[in-house]
Amino acid sequence: MRRKVIFRNRWLPYLLLAPQLGVTLVFFIWPSLQAVWQSFLREDMFGLSSTFVWFDNYRVVLADPGYMAAVRRTAVFSVAVALAALMPALLLAVMVDRMLKGVAFWRTILVLPYAIAPAVAGVLFLFMFNPSVGVVARMLTAAGVDWNPRLDGTDAMILVVLAAAWKQISYNFLFFLAGLQAIPKSLLEAAAIDGAGGWTRFRTIVLPLLSPVTFFLVTVNVVYAFFDTFGVIHAVTQGGPAKATEILVYKAWYDGIIATDFGRSAAQSVILMIVVIALTAVQFRYIDRRVQY
Amino acid sequence: MATVGIRAVRKRFGGNEVIRGIDCDVADGELLVMLGPSGCGKSTLLRMVAGLEPISGGEVAIGGRVVNAVEPKDRNIAMVFQNYALYPHMSVFDNMAYGLRIRGLPKAEIAGRVRAAAEMLELAPFLDRRPKDLSGGQRQRVAMGRAIVREPDVFLFDEPLSNLDAKLRTQMRVEIKRLQTRMGVTSLYVTHDQVEAMTLADRIMVMNAGLAEQVGTPAEVYARPASVFVAGFIGAPPMNLVPVQVGGGSAILPDGARLALPAGAGQGARAATLGIRPEHLQPDPLGPVRMTVDLVEALGADTVVHGRLAGGTVLLARLPGDAAVRAGDALALAAPPEALHLFDPGTGRRI
Ligand SMILES: Nc1ncnc2c1ncn2[C@@H]1O[C@H](COP(=O)(O)OP(=O)(O)O)[C@@H](O)[C@H]1O
Ligand SMILES: [Mg+2]
Repeated sequence: MRRKVIFRNRWLPYLLLAPQLGVTLVFFIWPSLQAVWQSFLREDMFGLSSTFVWFDNYRVVLADPGYMAAVRRTAVFSVAVALAALMPALLLAVMVDRMLKGVAFWRTILVLPYAIAPAVAGVLFLFMFNPSVGVVARMLTAAGVDWNPRLDGTDAMILVVLAAAWKQISYNFLFFLAGLQAIPKSLLEAAAIDGAGGWTRFRTIVLPLLSPVTFFLVTVNVVYAFFDTFGVIHAVTQGGPAKATEILVYKAWYDGIIATDFGRSAAQSVILMIVVIALTAVQFRYIDRRVQY
Repeated sequence: MATVGIRAVRKRFGGNEVIRGIDCDVADGELLVMLGPSGCGKSTLLRMVAGLEPISGGEVAIGGRVVNAVEPKDRNIAMVFQNYALYPHMSVFDNMAYGLRIRGLPKAEIAGRVRAAAEMLELAPFLDRRPKDLSGGQRQRVAMGRAIVREPDVFLFDEPLSNLDAKLRTQMRVEIKRLQTRMGVTSLYVTHDQVEAMTLADRIMVMNAGLAEQVGTPAEVYARPASVFVAGFIGAPPMNLVPVQVGGGSAILPDGARLALPAGAGQGARAATLGIRPEHLQPDPLGPVRMTVDLVEALGADTVVHGRLAGGTVLLARLPGDAAVRAGDALALAAPPEALHLFDPGTGRRI
């Protein structure tokens, strides 16, 4: 039974919530409302006056082949980032989980990348993969791979995916490790006695029991790829070459700030916002479906 | 069907030796109970037979084959865990079918075996349920079912009843005995509950601090405990253990009372520990044991009387349920000579 503590004071809860509410209001709700308002307006070319145009901006955006190309690109990008961030994380977590000693040490080491700002990570990758001076680029060239992310769109995409994914590996690793350590060892022992080898145990016991964690991480990583990768893209490719890495969040920024079409940029932002709200809702809906031991 | 051989088996965790050389041969179809207090190494020994713990010394053989280096999955054993270790994401049916599917049995045969086991364990209505939707007793039976369907060479049980309430425990104890007798599968059964051990076992291994103190049938272990430890562990209420002087064919209690030993025993003078089971101390107006009653526990069928000798030594006697004894009474008791046990006070072994 859970007991509720009841405070008679009516305004204390609001007072306690006020700072958090204030921050949310100033930095999230207010700009969001502005974006929504902006998305219904069209400015004249000098930015002197604006007219209310209802859903015109949305119509223009959704009819734009360039926008639809960015949607497809974003889908590829987020799936690739999620995969590139989840698979190595799971592998590392399984390896650390198997260790009897040094778990704390490796956990700390593997979490460090998460402390690095996305833009810094981007510059790091840019440097490593720079065709003329980068260590990795040189190795690739030596191995006979024609590597040039500045000219080749696919190379550029691979580069931003790696740059965006690598710090998420830390985050995913932590969750996978916690998930693995929550699986009672006796289940794996029972499976071993039932005749299951290592791979069968992983496939039939570990993966299913880990699935709530995996689901949570997939949504988190997709949301991350949608929104939090601006810094990486900006530092590494600026959306190029020839828009090959221009994902939605980058395009919204580009169209608004560089091309100064505020109405269309705002409409794009609002669409992105709706997508993220939907993804988060799905995640909250399913997060409580935990496995019970 | 298989024998199990445990030969000079040792186990070290780091520098800590928890199994210190145990030998035991389990016959085909026999149920051996490993009995001992918590932490004495019962689970560790069982897990070495299962292949879940590497063996630090000695050998384990199943069906004559040394299995020290054999994976658990290749030992053809089944184990029932204390917490049951049911797969939480699978139905009862799938839990039981898991091992059979891995072995690649035909679907029809799997369904047949699972249904037969479910029938036997009264689990048929629950085959579609998840473990979390079952009661403790039902989960326990699923764990049993998962072991049965495999038709293994050896059953291993690690305190399978300790998470059940007392009534269910008694019921399942009988059930396990019946199943094991019927299937005739060699079984190793770990428990810290001596009643469970006495009722289930063909033979009991009494363990203490990583050693087997005695291996014998329940009757032997009760009638001729090999050490003070076994004497104190088997039987409830526990055996009285009193320091005595032995000489002239009798044992002299701390208060000077003399108890006659069996003919031929106790000739040379020496110090010893005398063991008398409470049920062997019976009222006798001429009996040598004179105690003052401290406390009377009326248990219905029996009355357990706690008393003190003149020197303060505490003794327990188990009298019939209708015994008219009250705290403060003086009670004279006697024990038949053949019911007295003598142990070496230094080594604790039987004399
Ligand atoms: N994995 C382990 N690492 C270190 N010590 C252990 C391990 N497993 C058991 N022990 C120790 O071995 C001893 C025997 O344990 P166990 O076999 O579980 O006892 P029991 O089952 O008789 O209660 C205990 O002292 C316990 O602390
Ligand atoms: Mg144990």
